[in-house]
Amino acid sequence: MSILIDEHTKIIVQGFTGKIGSFHAQEMIDYGSNVVGGVTPGKGGSTHLGLPVFNTVKDAVKQTDAEASILFVPPSYAADSAMEAADAGIKVCVAITDGIPSHDMIKVKRYMRRYAKSEKMTMIGPNCAGIISPGKSMLGIMPGHIYKKGNVGIVGRSGTLGYEAASQMKELDIGVSTSVGIGGDPINGSSFRDVLARFEEDPDTDIILMIGEIGGPQEVDAGKFAKENMKKPVVAYIAGLTAPKGRVMGHAGAIVSAYGESAVEKVELLKESGVTISNNPSVIGDTIKSVLEGQP
Amino acid sequence: MDIHEYQAKKILSDFGIGIPRGGIAYSPENAEYKAKEIGGSRWVVKAQVHSGARGKAGGIIVCNDALEVARAADKLLGKKLITNQTGPSGKIINRVYIEEASDIERELYLGLVFDRGSECIMVVASTEGGMSVEEISNKKPETIIRSKIEAAVGIQEFQAREIAFNLGIETGLISRTAEVIEGCYRAFSELDATMVEVNPLVITKDKHVLALDCKMSFDNNALFRRNDVAELRDKSQENPSEVYASDRGLNYVGLEGNIGNIINGAGLAMASMDMIKSAGGEPANFLDIGGGATPEKIVKAFKLVSSDEKVKVILVNIFAGINRCDWVAEGIVQALQTIKIDMPLVIRLAGTNVEKGNKILKESGIDFIEAHSLKEAATKAVEALKKIEVK
Repeated sequence: MSILIDEHTKIIVQGFTGKIGSFHAQEMIDYGSNVVGGVTPGKGGSTHLGLPVFNTVKDAVKQTDAEASILFVPPSYAADSAMEAADAGIKVCVAITDGIPSHDMIKVKRYMRRYAKSEKMTMIGPNCAGIISPGKSMLGIMPGHIYKKGNVGIVGRSGTLGYEAASQMKELDIGVSTSVGIGGDPINGSSFRDVLARFEEDPDTDIILMIGEIGGPQEVDAGKFAKENMKKPVVAYIAGLTAPKGRVMGHAGAIVSAYGESAVEKVELLKESGVTISNNPSVIGDTIKSVLEGQP
Repeated sequence: MDIHEYQAKKILSDFGIGIPRGGIAYSPENAEYKAKEIGGSRWVVKAQVHSGARGKAGGIIVCNDALEVARAADKLLGKKLITNQTGPSGKIINRVYIEEASDIERELYLGLVFDRGSECIMVVASTEGGMSVEEISNKKPETIIRSKIEAAVGIQEFQAREIAFNLGIETGLISRTAEVIEGCYRAFSELDATMVEVNPLVITKDKHVLALDCKMSFDNNALFRRNDVAELRDKSQENPSEVYASDRGLNYVGLEGNIGNIINGAGLAMASMDMIKSAGGEPANFLDIGGGATPEKIVKAFKLVSSDEKVKVILVNIFAGINRCDWVAEGIVQALQTIKIDMPLVIRLAGTNVEKGNKILKESGIDFIEAHSLKEAATKAVEALKKIEVK
């Protein structure tokens, strides 16, 4: 097993016929993801990359039984597309788009409250690399070959830092059950805690790597959640020890504005929750290895 | 994006919030004229820079006649104001705001921010206006009132009224104060703000509720639909290197160290900085050139980082996924043909086709130090720096 997606997950691409959408749709197909079509309003009825194009997500879901979608929609339309996916019954939606206004993301999250828990879509991102369950399916923009199939769950904000961790792990022959990029924005679809809860339930995940950074309360909240509700060990690295206070470090959400949001403070608070810390980014793989070896 | 006090006041006034009479001036003569135009007998001359704590830094001067106003403007204009928020280089004062002085009875604090925990807009208020919100939460945390607003329906009258009563506002001014709170909320949500702060919000002796000082920040991601707000940007208040970078699609933050960095991805950039520190060095900057790492972006990044005089060594760390390493390497070689870097250059490539990438770099004849891991890159950069320092 894995979380969120596997080889059976039927995927549609929103913003399918655009340049970026086309490129990454092809990459996903080549990886083996079960892409069944795409949506571009106004181009319904045509064929793209050998797959059907629909005008609306509802049409696409009706015709293909798609359960997951990925957004390559420009920032000004992305919130609308996410809500369209939620309303069409999509279960997992990954928003790759960088630059969605925070007010729009709040709107999306409020909108999704209208659905009962069982009907509610899980949104991943925005401003993220997406999800990969190695060897099964990729719903994202990562280079699939750097992930080896295995038993470590990864959840992180950053794309390239996540790749760094996955390739360190691959060199040590450690594999990944699923890797989830929750993105670098201040308001995001799923939090670290949401993803940890899923990994805890997944029989194929034995330990979890959390790659956090400065800004916001989510890493510390996830630590508390792990302490109270999880049996599986959690390893974390927090980027931004050298980041100055009050400055945005690339990701819109990477800004220290309150107590508990700097890397030093997050590390302290996570240690109190029993999370194993990787002290610097070059030993993420080694830290996971030692935790794996220490397990009964 | 931050704006000036006078700009924020204009916005809030459009949302029905009372502000003292005032006007902007660019010269001492202009300031004197404005003071006469405003009328009254006491004025405050306020340096317009993107920073709080201006009073303590000498940026706010109270004047008792129009000539004093001119002198105060003369003293401030063209100078750099150094506050505890601007850093040691300070910020240039290109304009001053002349305002009638108010007779203050009470000073309150009112702020609106995104609360990332609850993903709501949060109103924060306190009876202890005039202090920064950090100071209030350290010294008088019991005075802080918080109210979460449901974004789907916006602020409700009862919520604004509740805050006003909790601030101990006299009965006759409750509805006026509630209107101010509602106006701030509307400005926040209708203009894609990320922060509205009125500090202090004052009750004057003649029973007016006025925003005496205010700050607003806006979501950069929403500026595409807020032209009126985007126009208020004042680049003179920003670090020139950061302006250069943001105009070219790069994310740059200048720091105090001497190892320059060129990295793709914000998380990897922060991690590389941490690694430099852990290897005993100090990063000179944060620079994320984006996931793409195109040759054009690499050229711009080299120009930007090498223009910083503090930089003695440059570290390039690119994790190439879909844009393979061979392609990134060609970009680096191209970049180094257009711009000359006469300092040690450590390059670490990782990801797809890394062997091919390193081969291209070696065969190009460029002078660089090869590294294969994050740790090796940082260690070699620090070693290169030490060699220069020994010389």
